[in-house]
Amino acid sequence: MTTRFIFAGSGGQGIQFSGKQMAKTGMHVGLNVTFLPSYGPEMRGGTSNCTVVISDGEIGSPSVSSPDILVAMNLPSFDKFEPKVAPGGILFCDSTLVNKKSERDDIRAVYVPATGLASDNGLTGFANVILLGVILKVTGIFEFKDFEDYLLSNIPASKTALIEKNKAALELGYAYPVE
Amino acid sequence: MSDKVLMKGNEAIAEAAIAAGCVYFFGYPITPQTEVAEYMARRLPKVGGLCLQAESEVAAINMLMGASAAGTRAMTSSSSPGISLKSEGISYIAGCDLPCLIVNVQRGGPGLGGIQPSQQDYYQATRGVGHGDLRLIVLAPSSVQEMASLTAEAFDLADTYRMPAMLLADGALGQMMEPVDFSAFPKRDLPPKDWATNGTKGARKKNIVNSLFIEPDKLEQSILTRYERYKKVEAEEVRYEEVMTEDADIVLVAFGITARIAKSAIAEARKAGVKAGLLRPITLWPFPKKRLCELADTAKAFVSVEMSMGQMVDDVRLAVNGKRPVSFFGRTGGMIPSVEEVTAEILNVSASL
Repeated sequence: MTTRFIFAGSGGQGIQFSGKQMAKTGMHVGLNVTFLPSYGPEMRGGTSNCTVVISDGEIGSPSVSSPDILVAMNLPSFDKFEPKVAPGGILFCDSTLVNKKSERDDIRAVYVPATGLASDNGLTGFANVILLGVILKVTGIFEFKDFEDYLLSNIPASKTALIEKNKAALELGYAYPVE
Repeated sequence: MSDKVLMKGNEAIAEAAIAAGCVYFFGYPITPQTEVAEYMARRLPKVGGLCLQAESEVAAINMLMGASAAGTRAMTSSSSPGISLKSEGISYIAGCDLPCLIVNVQRGGPGLGGIQPSQQDYYQATRGVGHGDLRLIVLAPSSVQEMASLTAEAFDLADTYRMPAMLLADGALGQMMEPVDFSAFPKRDLPPKDWATNGTKGARKKNIVNSLFIEPDKLEQSILTRYERYKKVEAEEVRYEEVMTEDADIVLVAFGITARIAKSAIAEARKAGVKAGLLRPITLWPFPKKRLCELADTAKAFVSVEMSMGQMVDDVRLAVNGKRPVSFFGRTGGMIPSVEEVTAEILNVSASL
């Protein structure tokens, strides 16, 4: 079983962090993983994206033209990658920032106002982690506990506030009522 | 470190080099390989080594020549335009018979080109890096694990044959992260560096490291002696990986990141009923020409898949030697071919047989 992700959004939204966290958890639970960041003009401002492949077999190409799972956190990312989602794939969309719906009937689209939820709950800057919670719930790719443990273990113990916020955001996403 | 760590390819090169005993790094920043130097700057001083950001690539390669002449394990790293600048120094290093590691994390060219991954420096690495009759041992990693293991291997090969080795990677391998295990690199017995210019201490005759031979007969002799070693490298150090070649009608030849895309594509082609296989050269020089020539007895066609306009395809043609058709497929300028387009090419070639 191979799952191919593209995470895409604006620089500063934590796109690379989300992708890395997904890859690290995959490695942690014994799967093969690749993480391919964008390092082109994007990282000098503007859009940011990364590709993650998680598999129980050998991973061929680390670059992906049609992802099984797309996380789109801004409109340009939605426009660029939504048409490329593999049939049967899932689109996760930050509907606070993307005022568009997918017109495709061969993919599942999950709309979560992650940026709005983050600011309403004192979690500004953690919209990406809220979305990670939603992804865990919808896809079941990892156990919630595995993902949470690994996420929190990467934060220095001295940064209590950061630990609390990551935890709260992940739980908020996991509990979000998806249609 | 026995557990796997998730690491960038560039960082894996640096960590593996330090683990292999590299104590000197000379470099000049250039995307997409700057993390090698960053990592070295952070770690080398802590293990008693030295990382120096030179004033230019030309300076860096000449510092490397000095460190190597003194018998130390040393390296430099750059990306395509930077390697062009270093090429004069690389020729001198080859002419002086000095072992060292040169890393090229390729980006698109020619000129300043772009910063996305490419394999456009195949000719440069295997044919034309600097003037004169010379060879580099060229290793082409295809995963972050190999970025580490082949770095360690390159140092040992360089020392064994007293010649420079190049790790020829690309921007995707440099930037991508994968789990790496640093625990199990085999070690070779290495010859003593009794030629090093590291001080006689009054106990031996002085050593001279030099690439200048004014009398042509002496220069010819030095080249012939060097080529005896090259012959040995060609006989003993060819490395490659084969995937599903036994019954393959179409054999793809691809190295580095492209080989991984080819691996996915041959699996897709087999689903479509076409028997495809892959030969992945791990050493680009020496090139696995003998094995390719053997495969031409059973395969019906060869396709060289590269991120260039077609460079390795020449070596594939030389190896296959007219026995079977050899064609090329690739993207260039920093574009990575997709699994879909490589699969389509396999099906095209199959239909034309």
